[in-house]
Amino acid sequence: MHPAPSVIIFSTCSGLGFGLLAWLGFGFPAVTGWVAFTFFAIAYLLAVGGLMASTFHLGRPERALKAFTQWQTSWLSREAWCAMAALILMAVYGAGLVFLDTRWPLLGWLGAAASLGTVFTTSMIYAQLKTVPRWHSPLTPALFLSLAIAGGALMAGQTSLAPWLLLLAGAIQLAVWLRGDGALGASGTTMATATGLGDIGTVRAFEPPHTGTNYLLREFVFVIGRKHATKLRAIALILMILLPVVLLLAPFSHLLAAVAVLSHLAGVAVSRWLFFAEAEHVVGLYYGKR
Amino acid sequence: MTRLPETTQRKLGLVIDLDTCVGCHACVISCKGWNTENYGAPLSDQDPYGADPSGTFLNRVHSYEVTPLADSAMAQLVHFPKSCLHCEDAPCVTVCPTGASYKRVEDGIVLVNESDCIGCGLCAWACPYGARELDQAAGVMKKCTLCVDRIYNENLPEEDREPACVRTCPAGARHFGDFADPDSNVSRLTAERGGMDLMPEQGTKPVNKYLPPRPKDRLDGQIDVLAPLLAPVAEDARGFLGWLDKTLDKI
Repeated sequence: MHPAPSVIIFSTCSGLGFGLLAWLGFGFPAVTGWVAFTFFAIAYLLAVGGLMASTFHLGRPERALKAFTQWQTSWLSREAWCAMAALILMAVYGAGLVFLDTRWPLLGWLGAAASLGTVFTTSMIYAQLKTVPRWHSPLTPALFLSLAIAGGALMAGQTSLAPWLLLLAGAIQLAVWLRGDGALGASGTTMATATGLGDIGTVRAFEPPHTGTNYLLREFVFVIGRKHATKLRAIALILMILLPVVLLLAPFSHLLAAVAVLSHLAGVAVSRWLFFAEAEHVVGLYYGKR
Repeated sequence: MTRLPETTQRKLGLVIDLDTCVGCHACVISCKGWNTENYGAPLSDQDPYGADPSGTFLNRVHSYEVTPLADSAMAQLVHFPKSCLHCEDAPCVTVCPTGASYKRVEDGIVLVNESDCIGCGLCAWACPYGARELDQAAGVMKKCTLCVDRIYNENLPEEDREPACVRTCPAGARHFGDFADPDSNVSRLTAERGGMDLMPEQGTKPVNKYLPPRPKDRLDGQIDVLAPLLAPVAEDARGFLGWLDKTLDKI
């Protein structure tokens, strides 16, 4: 799949932003006043910034509001509802903390649930797709949620819990890669089933429909950079998990914490790039490119 | 509404005969022509006369080489037109966040309401067949409409009330009809020739069927009948040619 920058920025930043909102909603850390304002401002910048970036990959962004209508069947529509609910609930809850020094626990829990719901619905947009066997697994929501929760813990300054959550997310990431590498083969979809010609013999793509490229090849048959996949996986794991864990074990300082957060953010971005770049859409089989 | 209908009254679709298709791409051109000039946004081209041309097509013809498992059999070239299969369990419809994509209850055609489409591209991601393409100029999703503006169009002569690709195919490799009727031309063709689904394991239940190529005639035996007659009759040249042969050998 084509790793569109808008979608990578969206899922990386929003995941972290909603992860932080979830921790704030549960009251970790239990901040009020200006400190709370700072925490909420960072969380909203990440969450809303990511959502804004996602509209850049729409062909007709001016009609984006229509995406709220089909929540009964569409995970993308459910994501829109969850994101809006989370942002509104957490804004009211945050206003209470910042301006009234009052914590409304029920509102916080609901906001936290909606925040995690947003991350979950985002991941289900990918996990539901049978056409991309690498994504079509419960491990996809597990990865998105564990990264959001671990990243949120890191941002929320949960220095005792964050290392363990990061290591858990790292383990899930490894499982995702391990399973993903065999997913297309295990899916049973091949050139033989795609063309229905497998009963006659071995099928080979002889001529593509056009001499030039097209939307399908640009969007679904992205193969650039696969040869660096192993190196990029190592870089992602080090930046996203190992370096933040090491920095968390060191005596606390705001500078080290900032480095840990930035390193984690960069690592998640690399992991998300790989998430798209390595994903094989079965339509590539029609072009003999898989 | 992106909830799929439980059943549709009719199941309109195509039968594509892989044995008959000659790979001339006439269906591709007539499809692009009709669908650019009629229903919905035109099928745009980008850089059409430049170095890197590309464009939106609702129908594309691939070609595959099939090497039989038995050594004695000859390899086959199969031309393979591919367009929307109007699946009964269409994954492209249910993922749509705006309700722009829908499957019609009355005839099973899968359509896009372009004024509701936000161009998110998720339906194209959900389609295993590459049947949907996001038009780069209009920013909305384009797909085969089964020429819904031809098949019911009473302004057209009766014989033209079928999809443009079917109407134009010079080989008669494309057939249009109602799969819900067991006696229709397409149902009978599918039954007689073993019409098949593409990627059945994806669970999309496509309506369109593909007829596999008929087994090739075997060449052994036929050659032997003519072989004695084809054997060279003048191994030793005589006369002028004999003189020429000898002279050239000497040079």
